[in-house]
Amino acid sequence: MQYYCGIDIGASTAKLVVIDAAGEMVARAIGRSGIDYAKTAEQLLADVSAAESFDRSLIARSLSTGYGRDNVPWADGKMTEIACHGRGAYFHFKKRMTVIDIGAQDSKVIHLDDTGRRISFKMNRKCAAGTGSFIEEIAHRLALDVSELNALAAGSTKDISLGSFCTVFAATEVLEKIRAGIDVTDIVRGAFNSVVKRIVEMDRIEGMLVTTGGVVAHNPLLAELLGHAFGTEAHVAPNAQYTGAFGAALFAAEQAGKTNK
Amino acid sequence: MPASVELKNFEASKKMKGVMGQYFMELMDPDRPPAKVAWCTSVGPAELLRALGFEVYFPENHGAMLGATRMATDLIPVANARGFSPDICSYLTSDIGSYLKGESPFNKMKLPGPPKADVLVFNTNQCRDVKDWFQFYAREWDVPCIGVHTPRAIGDVDDVIVTAVAKQIEALVEPLEKISGNKLDMDKLKEVTKLSLKCTELWKAVLETAANVPSPITFFDGTIQMGPAVVLRGTKMAIDYYETLLAELKQRIADGVGAVDDEKYRIYWEGMPVWGKIKNLAIQFMELQTAVVASTYCNSWIFDDLDPDKPFEGMARAYSELFICRSDEPKEAYMKRMIEKFKIDGILYHNAKTCPNNSNSRYDMPQRLGAETGKPFVIIDGDLNDLRLYSEEQTRTNIEAFVEQLSQG
Repeated sequence: MQYYCGIDIGASTAKLVVIDAAGEMVARAIGRSGIDYAKTAEQLLADVSAAESFDRSLIARSLSTGYGRDNVPWADGKMTEIACHGRGAYFHFKKRMTVIDIGAQDSKVIHLDDTGRRISFKMNRKCAAGTGSFIEEIAHRLALDVSELNALAAGSTKDISLGSFCTVFAATEVLEKIRAGIDVTDIVRGAFNSVVKRIVEMDRIEGMLVTTGGVVAHNPLLAELLGHAFGTEAHVAPNAQYTGAFGAALFAAEQAGKTNK
Repeated sequence: MPASVELKNFEASKKMKGVMGQYFMELMDPDRPPAKVAWCTSVGPAELLRALGFEVYFPENHGAMLGATRMATDLIPVANARGFSPDICSYLTSDIGSYLKGESPFNKMKLPGPPKADVLVFNTNQCRDVKDWFQFYAREWDVPCIGVHTPRAIGDVDDVIVTAVAKQIEALVEPLEKISGNKLDMDKLKEVTKLSLKCTELWKAVLETAANVPSPITFFDGTIQMGPAVVLRGTKMAIDYYETLLAELKQRIADGVGAVDDEKYRIYWEGMPVWGKIKNLAIQFMELQTAVVASTYCNSWIFDDLDPDKPFEGMARAYSELFICRSDEPKEAYMKRMIEKFKIDGILYHNAKTCPNNSNSRYDMPQRLGAETGKPFVIIDGDLNDLRLYSEEQTRTNIEAFVEQLSQG
């Protein structure tokens, strides 16, 4: 049996996925990207090898993606996270779709046709609004852990709006809401809505809507709100935080001529 | 993908250093023969100024140098603090910051810096900022600031517009004669216009060699090679230079030498260069085996309509035909012709934050043109000079992802 590995070293976290020739995920690992990407990549590979009693020599080909894609010494190739998120999301649905990936530092809108071919894509501007960093900043302002946000937002009873484009100004708006005695659940939902607004402004949706990335994996409500805003159902890709790494592994398999769609 | 790449220099570039160096020396040497200095916008009526005997200085060239040397990063904030917003033209803020701080790339060439103007002559065909920029110096030095107010968003460049602009240029003659102390000699104007036209024809021929596959020259080369076409048009020096460069390009074509080894894809660059990242971007595209073969920017100094027999009308038409002062309809028609001529696979739009007039991704053009031509596009957010507005990583990923997309076929 031969395996294929994809590693996605993002701005915040690094994800590693190993698949078999059928595209089944057989192992995965996650960790902070840190400051030494090569070391992080090595550690993740060591982690899956140990946990799965997995012989890394059985990996026929590896591909890296994400911000740190140039810093994985053992990768046989690299592709952008745009390509990999698209490929990873398409594998599950195989339809014309728009993939929205919300990462720590950037958001991407990727249009794929019904064969999975990319039609166009768009990344957010040089701005944290509409990204995971924004959510983290708001959590920090509210002295909350990011893991608490989804449940809090789900308990909100009314919509409040954070109107600023700028993360810093939005955080100032949060302070105003706190002063005004607005319930924290409503503020968190307002922050989610702010991310949704920034993404809705980026591009149009064509075909089904599939969301990927750590932000929706941990905050499925945000995907739901995104769907409401676009007037369609938002699907969250299975193992959404790993979609980029999974797509990279699929590309590795394809490149090795072993693909099995 | 090649393991490592090296940019291919032109032999002619050695000559350019001499040509540009001589031009700067003649302008800035404290011991130069006395002559009045006119500042001129890069697509202003340079032919008229030369015919009247002015030494002509183009501050946008200095702006580009401030960007390319990344000195702009330290100088823009100086102008911001003075009252020039970070949202306006970063050539303006770089240049005024340079003046206020007394630092210029010319200093490294052992030159004192930009020459003080006796008159500042603008043409608003590019934007309003050029006039605001010149007016700052007019106030500083108490010298006249005069110019041409060309209409913007022009559809057809019809006789009404040409006549109006030509009259404005003619109206400059009297004040310029007083400042220069010289009477306008029409034969001299015709001669300068003839030289300018010849320069522009050669520059066009240089850029059109990029229609060859593989292209012997890229947009990034063009941003450097265009220097003489901007600052020395109307002189014999510019003509000599482009004859040399053109011969070298033709030789590259004859030898099958491309500017990018194993060229796979061909891209059109719409918008301003990112001056502080020219080399980085050139290398990235080279690594991706992708040649940026055509651009609106480098083509902006092609003035087909200059007419030695009717210099005023010719200047008016040539400087109003510019891409930058046209409406989207002629812009799109132009780009379609370029896509065809240069065998373009995809278009990159540079949305330069401080240059709204030369950023064409803001009014749905990429989507329209994409739908009409079937050519994919990518938009990068950045700026000509202000690197605070540029994300290296996002740009790198956008470009890489775009070439991946082109590779899908």
